[in-house]
Amino acid sequence: MRVSSPSLPATVARPLLGRAAVARRAEAVVIPVGALLVGFAIFSVFLLLQGKSPTEFLSLVYRAGFGTAFSWQNTLSRAAPLLLAALCVALPARLGLVVIGGEGAIVLGGVGAGAAAVMLAGTPAALALPLMLVCAMVIGAVWIGAVGALRHFRGVNETIASLLMAYIAIALMNHLVEGPLRDPASLNKPSTAPLDDALRIGNLPGWDVHWGLAFGVVCCVLAWVLIEKTTWGFAARIAGGNVRAAQVQGLPVGWLIVGFTALGGAFAGMAGFFEVAAVHGSANASLAGGYGYTGILIAFLARHNPLAIIPVAVLLAGFEASSGLVQRRMDLPDATVLVLQGFVFLAILISDTLFGRFKFFAPERWSTRDGN
Amino acid sequence: METDLGLWVIPLAIIGGAIRVSTPFLFVSLGEALTERSGRINLGLEGTLVFGAMSGYAAAYLTGSPWLGVFAAAISGAMFGLLHGLICSLPKVNDIAVGIAMMILGMGLAFYFGKPFVQPVAPNLPSIGFGWWSDVPQVRAALQVNVLFLIGAVLAVAMWWMFRSTRVGLIVRVVGDSTDAARAMGLRPALVRICATAVGGAFAGVGGAYLSLYYPGSWNEGISSGQGLMAVALVIFARWNPLACFGAALLFGGAGALGPTLQSVGVSEGYYLFFAAPYVLTLGVLIVTSSPTRAMTGAPGELSITK
Amino acid sequence: MSIPPFSRRRFLSGTAALAGATAMPQLAFADGHAPLSVGFIYVGPKDDFGYNQAHAEGAAAVKAMEGVTVVEEENVAETIDVQKSMESMINFDETKLLFPTSFGYFDPHVLETAPKHPDVRFQHAAGLWSEGMPTNVGSYFGYIGMGQYLNGITAGHATTTKKIGFVAAKPIPQVLLNINSFLLGARQVDPEITCQVIFTGEWSLAVKEAEATNALADAGCDVITCHVDGPKVVMETAAGRDAYVCGYHANQSPLAPEKYLTGAEWNWAGVYTGMVQTVLDGGTIDNFVRGGLADGFIKMSPLGPAVSDASRAQFEATKAQIMAGGFAAIKGPLNDNSGNVIAAAGEGFAEDDIALESMDYLVEGVIGSTS
Repeated sequence: MRVSSPSLPATVARPLLGRAAVARRAEAVVIPVGALLVGFAIFSVFLLLQGKSPTEFLSLVYRAGFGTAFSWQNTLSRAAPLLLAALCVALPARLGLVVIGGEGAIVLGGVGAGAAAVMLAGTPAALALPLMLVCAMVIGAVWIGAVGALRHFRGVNETIASLLMAYIAIALMNHLVEGPLRDPASLNKPSTAPLDDALRIGNLPGWDVHWGLAFGVVCCVLAWVLIEKTTWGFAARIAGGNVRAAQVQGLPVGWLIVGFTALGGAFAGMAGFFEVAAVHGSANASLAGGYGYTGILIAFLARHNPLAIIPVAVLLAGFEASSGLVQRRMDLPDATVLVLQGFVFLAILISDTLFGRFKFFAPERWSTRDGN
Repeated sequence: METDLGLWVIPLAIIGGAIRVSTPFLFVSLGEALTERSGRINLGLEGTLVFGAMSGYAAAYLTGSPWLGVFAAAISGAMFGLLHGLICSLPKVNDIAVGIAMMILGMGLAFYFGKPFVQPVAPNLPSIGFGWWSDVPQVRAALQVNVLFLIGAVLAVAMWWMFRSTRVGLIVRVVGDSTDAARAMGLRPALVRICATAVGGAFAGVGGAYLSLYYPGSWNEGISSGQGLMAVALVIFARWNPLACFGAALLFGGAGALGPTLQSVGVSEGYYLFFAAPYVLTLGVLIVTSSPTRAMTGAPGELSITK
Repeated sequence: MSIPPFSRRRFLSGTAALAGATAMPQLAFADGHAPLSVGFIYVGPKDDFGYNQAHAEGAAAVKAMEGVTVVEEENVAETIDVQKSMESMINFDETKLLFPTSFGYFDPHVLETAPKHPDVRFQHAAGLWSEGMPTNVGSYFGYIGMGQYLNGITAGHATTTKKIGFVAAKPIPQVLLNINSFLLGARQVDPEITCQVIFTGEWSLAVKEAEATNALADAGCDVITCHVDGPKVVMETAAGRDAYVCGYHANQSPLAPEKYLTGAEWNWAGVYTGMVQTVLDGGTIDNFVRGGLADGFIKMSPLGPAVSDASRAQFEATKAQIMAGGFAAIKGPLNDNSGNVIAAAGEGFAEDDIALESMDYLVEGVIGSTS
């Protein structure tokens, strides 16, 4: 399965310099932002047809998503797992693979962290926490890495395999937390044993947002460096563009596929770790919160660029953070924000067709002036 | 009243489950097979399915006729398909991503407009009893076959025949295999793909109407639980062959009945693992039948998902 | 109508925080007091014919009270979402009394949010508040197992196959108590009756609930009840298979008028208006509240047309015993379904016995297992 990366050939072929590069970057910002506004405009018409005020709606979305300190903390708390879930889609996508089963790595990573905490009872937190994190990441890496391995060594389509494995993972998680790993004291909400207070991850200093956000942002940056600045990333982009060419050049395509899917899975597993250690305090069915599926949308909107994942995830989390206030103030159903997301994201995706259409942003126009 | 059947209840439940549960999978996968054969992938059929379930239920409730409900679901599904087809005809637009956005839009609109229809009771679609020869009530119940299931079965055969031996089928296949070859033949690939996506959407809408108007037979926000997404995956499993889609849908529906039935005969431990049976079974078959060396047989050449 | 006990200072700080809010429906009292803002949070849609609808009906009763504004949110997941939804109500709507109604909200979400907002009262349905937990948190619940016991009596009279069925979400204490009570009620009519249980593993999963109901019907069950969030699908599917049904959470008789025997319903309207009135009057709600039929926490649906006179008589007689208080559905001699003694002859667990809230067994006669 191949994903086209529209901006890829140009950047690989010839790095742009000076103002030409600025022009291309400006295009990459101006077009999606314009599309965002168009999406809001379409949604406003939808609201007007319902007899509701678009200005009131937008001011509520702004207020509840971004308007106050609490709103930001609300938004960023929701964004934390989405960053990592989106990486689980974006990294394999660089090799042309569409992996849609990150949810499975999140829930199993969470179960792994919860189980590790039980086994490490009594161990100092400074040792136990990293081990829990490693456990969650390894499980996630194996789960999604297996998708990559099945793809390369057996020719199994990774989209369907990862989706099937997500359902299997959720069943496995339910079986474990209600069976072998269940804490008998977890009466009406079957869970693994609660984490010691020492193993609970707190908030960022001065913020009501847990550390998962910082880890998510750092992982996005690291993933960007990996893809854009290392030979591994370069090789992956070549293989993603054309497998045969990559093989002719002697690139280890199989290992690249397994490595990138496993790394994506490790990030998803990390999201599961933070859900357990920072939010739930034990592993239970609430781990299947749908972050893996939201991550797919974020990765595609960010065009699989790990740095772009950050603003897209924050935007989406902000919409979700505002859902409650919109329900309460405007007497609109909770699905209203889903409709808004649908319109906005369609508009942004349609805007992909505009890239290269505006002469103003064309690198040639600026390159000539640079004498480049 | 009911007869005690012992362990015979298991195969019976699998047959009954296959007939009851498979229809939405069948319609969505047939629709997706048509779309993908033309070289496009529409991941948004989950949203179309849910919107079809809502619009079908609403129309059936408002008009009193379940068949008008099915019609409304088909029309709304076609609209979603048309929108997807038109958007993806623009250059540089990614069909997978648009599908995901359409999924969100479809579910959002269905939940938004569906609120007033959760409580009312709409008339259900009729079914035909094929169990008249038996006086065992369980057999009669298992062989209550909904008309849409029969239509879906006929549709599968018709589509198989269409792809094999009709001009329309050939056009869809050529467009799906090579845009350049299609242009050389004087065809208009974009138009063919738009039509194929719209018709595929209509099928998915009908699948949704089956959910809300027959089994389980009511409209609520949890009606689908990912069946549309799974059906899209089944198309790859079925290698784009409509007859295989029918088989895959039956297999998936029947395997889904295994979990509850095993509990009813006393196998009650580890039921989550039995509930995962359809997924494990599908994955197992997929691993066994795939090959690292040859490309997937039947894969349309222009399909982004298999290039 | 009494005036909410808010200090002048708190009201002023509240209005300051609201500066810039758009179109806030603030009904201020003549003397400047704001109405009490009460928040309800549901885990699913509030018209699900079940758990959430029962709570929403309670919220609707609160809405009709004077001096109160009600804010609601539905489909809120048991994740960080619910923490932020509660805080959003506190921040933007000045909510002072919260009803997060899903069990899964309690630990850790309510327990961790409450200490950050000591001036807000968190009333949580079904949780087990205990000493040492935040004092601004309260738990309330009802002895709905008694309702399932009464359901069982009508089921025992209606069954001809001597086999009744139960579609259950998960093997947790509340659900196990309902299953056991349903069978024990039926066994008051005929001790030979057995109850087949099928777990779906999820609180809301329409197709699996329908399949489970069909599997019960195939196994010969001719009266079926359930404990899932939205019983609509079970009721309609069971009636379609010609089985009688007993309702749960809310009144489902419109879904199967001919086949509906009775149902165990929540009666949150009385409970919620009482709690809100306590706060309006400046009092405090107890941290741990439980109640049954006699306290108006639960009620039974009107008996359906298929209920025989004998059934009605036994139903009414048992109901009167329960209303008298101290009734024990779980009483000896009683074994669980793997032969362990639950209660010896003469022993019993009254409806308010806290031990029932950690039930981990299915009684003799229930076909199924807890894991």
